[in-house]
Amino acid sequence: MENRPQWGTRVGFIMAAAGSAIGLGNIWRFPAVAYENGGGAFFLPYLFALLTAGIPILILEFAIGHKYRSSAPGSLAKINRRFEGIGWWQLIISFVISVYYAAVIAWALSYAVFSFNLKWGDDTQSFLFGEYLKLADTPGEFGGIVPGVFIPLVIVWLAALFILYSGVKKGIEAANKIMLPTLFVLFTILVIRALTLEGAAEGLNAFFKPNWDTILNGKVWVAAYSQIFFSLSIGFAIMVTYSSYLKKKADITNNAFITGFANSGFELLAGIGVFSILGFMAAQQGVGVDEVVSGGVGLAFVVFPQIINTLPALNGLFGFLFFASLVLAGFTSLISIVETYIAGLQEKFNISRTKAVLYGGGLTAIISIMFSSNGGLFFLDVVDYFINNFGVALAGLVEVIAVAWIARELGKLQQHANGVSDIKLGVWWKICLAIITPIVLGYMMVDNLITNIKDNYEGYATWFLVTYGWAVVIVAILLGIAFTFIKDKAPKVAASDSKEVSR
Amino acid sequence: MEASAIVMMIVGIVIIWGGLAASIANAVIKAKKKGAESEAES
Repeated sequence: MENRPQWGTRVGFIMAAAGSAIGLGNIWRFPAVAYENGGGAFFLPYLFALLTAGIPILILEFAIGHKYRSSAPGSLAKINRRFEGIGWWQLIISFVISVYYAAVIAWALSYAVFSFNLKWGDDTQSFLFGEYLKLADTPGEFGGIVPGVFIPLVIVWLAALFILYSGVKKGIEAANKIMLPTLFVLFTILVIRALTLEGAAEGLNAFFKPNWDTILNGKVWVAAYSQIFFSLSIGFAIMVTYSSYLKKKADITNNAFITGFANSGFELLAGIGVFSILGFMAAQQGVGVDEVVSGGVGLAFVVFPQIINTLPALNGLFGFLFFASLVLAGFTSLISIVETYIAGLQEKFNISRTKAVLYGGGLTAIISIMFSSNGGLFFLDVVDYFINNFGVALAGLVEVIAVAWIARELGKLQQHANGVSDIKLGVWWKICLAIITPIVLGYMMVDNLITNIKDNYEGYATWFLVTYGWAVVIVAILLGIAFTFIKDKAPKVAASDSKEVSR
Repeated sequence: MEASAIVMMIVGIVIIWGGLAASIANAVIKAKKKGAESEAES
C-alpha cells in the first residue's frame, strides 16, 4: 500500500493545477504583453508557444511527478542522482517567490476592503506609494514595518499555512474547489460589466487589432514564449509536486491540455475585461487607448482605482470584484508555491506535514515581513525580476536539458504518459522538448543577460541589483547544490500523511 | 471595432476556449466510456 497523500478526484487535481497556473500575471501581465507585441497578431506566436513549449513542459513535469511519486528533488534524483540539486534549486526559487508573492496578495486584500468607500481618493498614485505603502525615498532602505501591509500579510500567511497544514485533499484540493470557481464567477461578472461601459469597443479594438508587421520580429516570439513559460507555473517544481499526488492510473496528457487551455482561457478573459475597462478610461479622458495602457502593479493599484472612481454606478462593488479576483488568483498560486518545499522538506528530513508547514512556511512568513517595510516595493520589484528571468527560466532550461539530453529520459516518460493517458504522445512531444524549448529558452536567457549587463534594470543602483537581484539568483543555485550534501533521513517514496491515504 | 479585430477576437476565442471545451469533453467522454466498459465486465 502506498502512503503518499493523494488527490480525491481528477477534478480536484485539475482545479489545483489550474489554480496554480492562473495567478496575478494572467490579470495584469498578459493583456499588456499582448497589446505591446502586435495585439491580435500576438495570438499566433502565443498559441504556437502554448502548443510547442507550455503544454509539452506541463506533460513532462506531470509525467516526472507521476512516475517517480516524489517532490521535485526526489523525482529528479530518481532519474539521475546528480539531478537532485536541480530540484532543490527549484524549491529555493519557489521559496523566494512565495516570500514576496504573499505581500502582493496582502495589498490586494487591503484594496478589496478599501473599495467599499473608495479610500484611495482622487490621487491613486500618491495613495498607493505615500499613504498605503509609505514607500521609502531610496531603494535599499528598509525603514519600519507598515502596519497597513503587515496586518493583511499576517492574515494571508495564516490562511495559507492553515490550508497547507490541512493536507493535500482536505486542504489544497478543497480550497481550490471553492476558490477557482469563485474567481471565475467574480471575474466573469466584472467582465460583463466592463463590456457594457462606454468605450469598451474601442478598448477591445486596440487589444485585438492585429499588427502583422510584428510577426517576423524575434522579440515578439520571445515575449510569447516568456508569457507562456511564466504563466503556467512550470520550471519551479509545482507541477512535479502536484502530479506526484495523482493516483497511479490517473491521466497525464489530457490533464495537461485542460490545465494549459484553462490558463490561457482565463488570460483571454482577463484581456477582454482589462481592455474594455481601459477603453472606458480612454473615452472618459478623451484620449486614445494607447495612452492609458499599463500593466503590473501600476495597472492594478493605480490605474484600476482611477477607473473605479469614474464608474457611473456600483463603484465599490466593481472594485471589490476586481481586487477579490486578484486575491483569489494569487492565493491559489501561493498555496502551490509553498507546497513544493513543504513536500521537499517532509521527504528529505522525514518530518510530519505539520512540522514542514511550521518550519518551511513559518520561515517564509517571517522573511516576507521585509516586504511590509517602507522599502518593500523596491525589494519586491528587483527580486521578482531577477528570480523569474534568471531563476525560473534558467532552472526550467536546465531541467529540460538534463532530462532530454543528459539522462535521455524522454522515451521512458513518453511511454509512461501513454500508458495512463487517453491522448497518446507522438514524436512531436520529443521534438518540442529536446529542440524547440532549449533553443527558445536559451535565446531568452542570453538576450536577458545581455540586456541586464548593458543597462541596470529600471535604473536601480548597481549595489542594489547585485545584493537583491544577482546575489539572490546565485544563492538559490548554491543552496540547491548544498541541499544535495545533506543526507536523506527517509526513504524517497515516503511522504507519510496517514490521514489522506487512498488506494 | 474593426473587422480585423473582430476576426482575431473570434479566432482567439474559438481556439483557446474551444481547445479547453474540447479537452474537457474528451475527458468526460473517455471517463463515461471506461465506466460503461467496467460495468459491462462486472
